[in-house]
Amino acid sequence: MQQHPDPKDPARRNFFAEGASVVIGGVISLVPVVAGARVLLDPLRRKSKAGAATRVTSLDALPPDGVPRKFPVIATRIDAWNKSTAPIGAVYLRRSPEGVVTALNVVCPHAGCFVDYVAEKSSYLCPCHNSTFKPDGAVSDAKSPSARALDSLEVEVRGGKEIWVKFQNFRAGHAEKIPCT
Amino acid sequence: MFGWLDHRTGYKKLLHEVLFENIPGGSRWRYVWGSTLTFGLVIQFITGIFLWMAYSPSSQTAWESVYYIQEEMAGGWLLRGLHHWTAQVMTVLLILHLMQVVIDGAYKAPREVNFWFGMILLQLILALSLTGYLLPWDQKGYWATKVATSILAIVPFVGEDLQKLVIGGPDYGHHTLTRFFALHAGVLPGLTVALIVGHIYLFRRHGITPKEPVKKPDAAFWPDQVFKDAVACMAVLATVLFFVIRHHGAELAGPADPSEPFSAARPDWYFLSLFQFLKYFPGTTEIWGAIIIPGLVMTVVMLMPFLGKWQLGHRFNLGLLYSILAGSGLLTYLALKEDNKNPMYLAAVKEAEQNAARVKVLAKAPAGIPLTGAAALLRDDPLTQGPKLFSKNCASCHRFGGHDGTGVEVKDAQTAADLQGFGSRAWLAGLLNPDKVDSIHYFGGTKFKAGKMAKFVKNTVREFTPEQKGQLVKVIKAVSAEAQLLSQKELDTNDAADIDEGRKLATGETMRCTECHAFRKADDTAIAPDLTGWASRAWLTDLIHNPKHERFYGKRNDRMPAFGEDQVLDAKQIGLIADWLRGDWYEPTKAK
Repeated sequence: MQQHPDPKDPARRNFFAEGASVVIGGVISLVPVVAGARVLLDPLRRKSKAGAATRVTSLDALPPDGVPRKFPVIATRIDAWNKSTAPIGAVYLRRSPEGVVTALNVVCPHAGCFVDYVAEKSSYLCPCHNSTFKPDGAVSDAKSPSARALDSLEVEVRGGKEIWVKFQNFRAGHAEKIPCT
Repeated sequence: MFGWLDHRTGYKKLLHEVLFENIPGGSRWRYVWGSTLTFGLVIQFITGIFLWMAYSPSSQTAWESVYYIQEEMAGGWLLRGLHHWTAQVMTVLLILHLMQVVIDGAYKAPREVNFWFGMILLQLILALSLTGYLLPWDQKGYWATKVATSILAIVPFVGEDLQKLVIGGPDYGHHTLTRFFALHAGVLPGLTVALIVGHIYLFRRHGITPKEPVKKPDAAFWPDQVFKDAVACMAVLATVLFFVIRHHGAELAGPADPSEPFSAARPDWYFLSLFQFLKYFPGTTEIWGAIIIPGLVMTVVMLMPFLGKWQLGHRFNLGLLYSILAGSGLLTYLALKEDNKNPMYLAAVKEAEQNAARVKVLAKAPAGIPLTGAAALLRDDPLTQGPKLFSKNCASCHRFGGHDGTGVEVKDAQTAADLQGFGSRAWLAGLLNPDKVDSIHYFGGTKFKAGKMAKFVKNTVREFTPEQKGQLVKVIKAVSAEAQLLSQKELDTNDAADIDEGRKLATGETMRCTECHAFRKADDTAIAPDLTGWASRAWLTDLIHNPKHERFYGKRNDRMPAFGEDQVLDAKQIGLIADWLRGDWYEPTKAK
């Protein structure tokens, strides 16, 4: 190995070169970081377009027995660059013997799992943390991890035939229903 | 606190060693190139990782995600531009760094290994450029990289297998992108980092090679050389930013489409010399130009440290380096010059630019990009496909504004009507003009030149009184309204009264249209084309489908092929031609 004389600290300190090096080095390194961070933060500008009423099924597909049935919600979905007709979620629909239709979002308000309806127990069961809900969506057990009932959604029966649901997701883990935007 | 950290890590000693490297003869501007390259690489790593977060490597999403970065994400153009232009500038810096090393003799013993590290790094960086060029999956990258990977196939014995391995199958597709992306963002950067660590370690081990004679006293790396390096890096960044802002990011051609040949495909400028070199190797000798000669040149360059030991070795090396650079420069110049004189290439570039602009308009349209990818947007676009289909299928007889639809003059004689503005009032007024009806723009090239219609226009219409001429204008408005052209929508609405009157006049004794034509009601005795819905989309597609149909020319049809009936064109292609002739395509101003 070639031996260099051990360099001494420069006798005459060049404060200008030192300061300028630090400043220039800092600024030019920031440029790619800032450019990247702007793109990284782009999702914060984007708002959910969900919340418009969507035709889910026809009234005939839902017997008036009060038993919840699951239906996919298919709507125009904007996924970054793609625009397509695709499932955006699912709902449980119930039609009471009196003919009233109610809708629940299938997602558990506790942590966002997909809740199953267990017909034998007449109750919804969340497969993740065992939250249970009554057929109307209310929390059925005080020990349930979920802090609120299943999220009800606005339903409209159009022309006496078609069931339209205003599909929305709500933030998981809160006692109140806060829409995701 | 710092003492505690230093005790555990020894960072102060490390920092001291980094900053107080001895520079014989003091700091100099000529030593900055290595630092600028390191800086360039740092930019590429940072911007690359952020781009990675938005990039999706598959043949239906690569172009689309890059489009989304470039056009839709906040500051995406800046990020992509930085990555693209830094790569360009780094190629120049590589050459400057290599020149400085050879000119200053820094490749000689005991620095042979470090020279080889550098040469491998140079090739790694070029490989990064090559793999990165494909990732946007645009026409430019797609076709240019196809050429590069086709060259792989001429490697003896293993060529075809090698090519399959690189592109992930017999054809370009999803796995070409996943593989190129893994190379570009994983394998090659990993190797580059490993080699740079070695490169800098060896550089520190042997120290800087001063430019003889050393005139000034030695100095430490900090602060003077660091300052010079920082200023040089700033100049590099300024150059990059200049290009980024000037081009608003980086170019993105239309989405890759294997069914659309792209004569404008060229490798990036730093590979143009190799591209040009290949032109001089006819037939089966391609392997010499693509692999053997470049390989030999690279071998000789790798041997430079040994050659440099001879008395004249250094001069030979310098001569070799200058020859390679001059040769590459000359080849690049020739490639550019040939292209600039080649009208086909220039037309292809123009078309590529139009397609790139058009697909962005369509991607921004309310319909958005379908799941099948953006290439479908151009395939289904009348404005893009209409002229091409017209030129191929219609322009041997018809013209469009005097040319073939794409703007090219046609050599064959015109034998059928010029269809620019077909369906419009102006077009129809020309047909009903006694001076124009038998001109080449209308019936001039067909047997109808001497037909009943031409005679009627030349004899009867010519003798029309001013009042009758006024009635004719209303008939023209009425028949043209049948076309329901987008461009006349407003006129048709405003002139509703005239159009109503024109409809009545068309069936009257003076205008006599319905003596031969059917108009707005079935007429078994009609012998001329149906004017009901004349030039509308349905009318036009039916006509192109089969002009021999009784509704149109029947047995009197003059040479026009039944494009649909004879399966020359499918319904979609006929629709594209009809939409284009009728000026019916998506325009952002027409959307709400």
